[in-house]
Amino acid sequence: MFKRYSIHTLLVSMGGLLIYVAYEEMISLYILSVLMFMGVNIILSTSLNLVNGYMGEFSCGHAGFMCVGAYVSSVLGVWLFAKDKVFGPPLINPDYALYLFPLIILIGGFAAALAGLLVAIPSYKTRGDYLAIITIAANYIIISAIENLDSIGGSRGFMGMKRVITAMEDIAYLPWMPIWVFAFTIFCIWLIRRYVSSTFGKGVNAICQDEVAAEIMSVNTNKIKTITFMVSSGLAGIGGGLFAYILGYVNPGSFNILKSTEVMVMVYLGGMASLSGSVLSAIFFTILLEVLRPLQIIKWIVIPLMLIIVMQFRPEGLMGSRELSDIFPWMKRFYRFK
Amino acid sequence: MVTSQTPNSQSSQTSPVLEIRNLCQDFGGLRAVNNFNVTLNKGELIGLIGPNGAGKTTVFNLVSGFYQPTFGEIVVNGINTANRKPHQVNALGVARTFQNIRLWNEMTVLDNIRVAQHGQLNYGFFHTIARSRFYQRREQLVESNAMKLLDIFNLKNYAAEYPKNLPYGTQRKLEIARALSGQPRLLLLDEPAAGLNSTDVQELIRLVRWIHSHFDVTIWMIEHHMDVMMELCSRIKVIDFGETIAEGTPDEIRNHPAVITAYLGDDNI
Repeated sequence: MFKRYSIHTLLVSMGGLLIYVAYEEMISLYILSVLMFMGVNIILSTSLNLVNGYMGEFSCGHAGFMCVGAYVSSVLGVWLFAKDKVFGPPLINPDYALYLFPLIILIGGFAAALAGLLVAIPSYKTRGDYLAIITIAANYIIISAIENLDSIGGSRGFMGMKRVITAMEDIAYLPWMPIWVFAFTIFCIWLIRRYVSSTFGKGVNAICQDEVAAEIMSVNTNKIKTITFMVSSGLAGIGGGLFAYILGYVNPGSFNILKSTEVMVMVYLGGMASLSGSVLSAIFFTILLEVLRPLQIIKWIVIPLMLIIVMQFRPEGLMGSRELSDIFPWMKRFYRFK
Repeated sequence: MVTSQTPNSQSSQTSPVLEIRNLCQDFGGLRAVNNFNVTLNKGELIGLIGPNGAGKTTVFNLVSGFYQPTFGEIVVNGINTANRKPHQVNALGVARTFQNIRLWNEMTVLDNIRVAQHGQLNYGFFHTIARSRFYQRREQLVESNAMKLLDIFNLKNYAAEYPKNLPYGTQRKLEIARALSGQPRLLLLDEPAAGLNSTDVQELIRLVRWIHSHFDVTIWMIEHHMDVMMELCSRIKVIDFGETIAEGTPDEIRNHPAVITAYLGDDNI
């Protein structure tokens, strides 16, 4: 009984601890925001791992989908719940912000999933390097489109999300952002794990290893590709939405190819097709970014250099395609990783 | 599996399992297959031979839906496969193995067999997320089918192993098992004996014969080992440069002048 629910117990106590320390302000706002970015990075790296690791395609436009999610959920939130120069008074009583917030984030994710079709449909005929180019193009299309939408700020960016959070805090004073980031991070890992551990989802891995054999052995590869790209970009959209609300400000420039690269570094560092690897490397990478902050712009020399070293000596990433349970077998007693 | 096999319609009783009419396939200016005709009745085991580059594998690629024919018709169990994708052709009951083994090497043996039943899962993405009761039932069925199949093929001990770590002959066997996991009615074997030593070849002959009698399946195989073909096939077709040059029982083929010319060349050279 205990063993069966040990992972639930662990998560609940982790979440409870997080909320408690955030509520009591035992940790500084800086550390709290680092923790929240950690959550967002976990969402981004695990969702990109679905495409780059499990499906074996090379997507380098992940930040584009993040951008769609960020903008859709920000604009929707501000439009509905906050007084804004552009959108005027709140459309719905801000009291509902608390309940509708997760829905808004999910709608942002859904919009990003639709944007994922931009890559999913070309992927029927294209793969490998050529698809990678398409993903970069998709990233640029999305950013440029938003830069040219003047009604939501264009390249100046969009803000006002803090007012939505304030509206939530007015109803019940709790650290809402850490709560939602934590919840959505768990949701994202949960969803991906369920997907890839089913026979249906193992079709993704079959496509990675031999697409021709997969198609001939009854896997509807186009359907699986569509679903996988949509899930991956949709979760990136959720990550983007949370990112926007944490910062309280978004501009298209922060979702450029550099951001995509950052996510890719996390995936390749952690290991392809390893969910726990992605989670660990996202945590590690977020901390590393903060530790290297004094180096300022030089950190973008140190981090790619690190990637070169990893690719030289451990091209499969730190974890390879293994999960934590393959390295520490005792963990299997508590949780089935695969 | 053996017991759950049910011919789903009466038409499959009357119409042949596979009927190919006037099949042509062009690659650019090259006609790889020309005017190919064959009819496979239920329960037959026939062979397809020909020198290298004769177009044998192209015929299999056409039947499995991997290529769309330039011209001609492929009818599986009374259903024309034109404009169907390979997985849809598979759903009609056509499974195949590959000349160069194409297993999913980074997946366990058990998963290889499970994923090959993808077409019969009948549940979608949201079922996998919700882990509905339907999902659980399907997964259990897939799992038990896979275990049964591994048991029949004596591969149970390798269930958690990765195919790349298996001996070559066992990989061949696994690929046949994988092809059978979708309960096909037509099994295409593309050079199953390629790269096997003589002991393995003898085992393969026994295996194919055993599959043919125990599974309700029609088998069409390409093979270069003539002893395999002579032992197994009731009928052999010979093609060269895409053209059918001979057809008949193994004994007829062995002494057919056109076949000897195709393999050994003309006297006049």
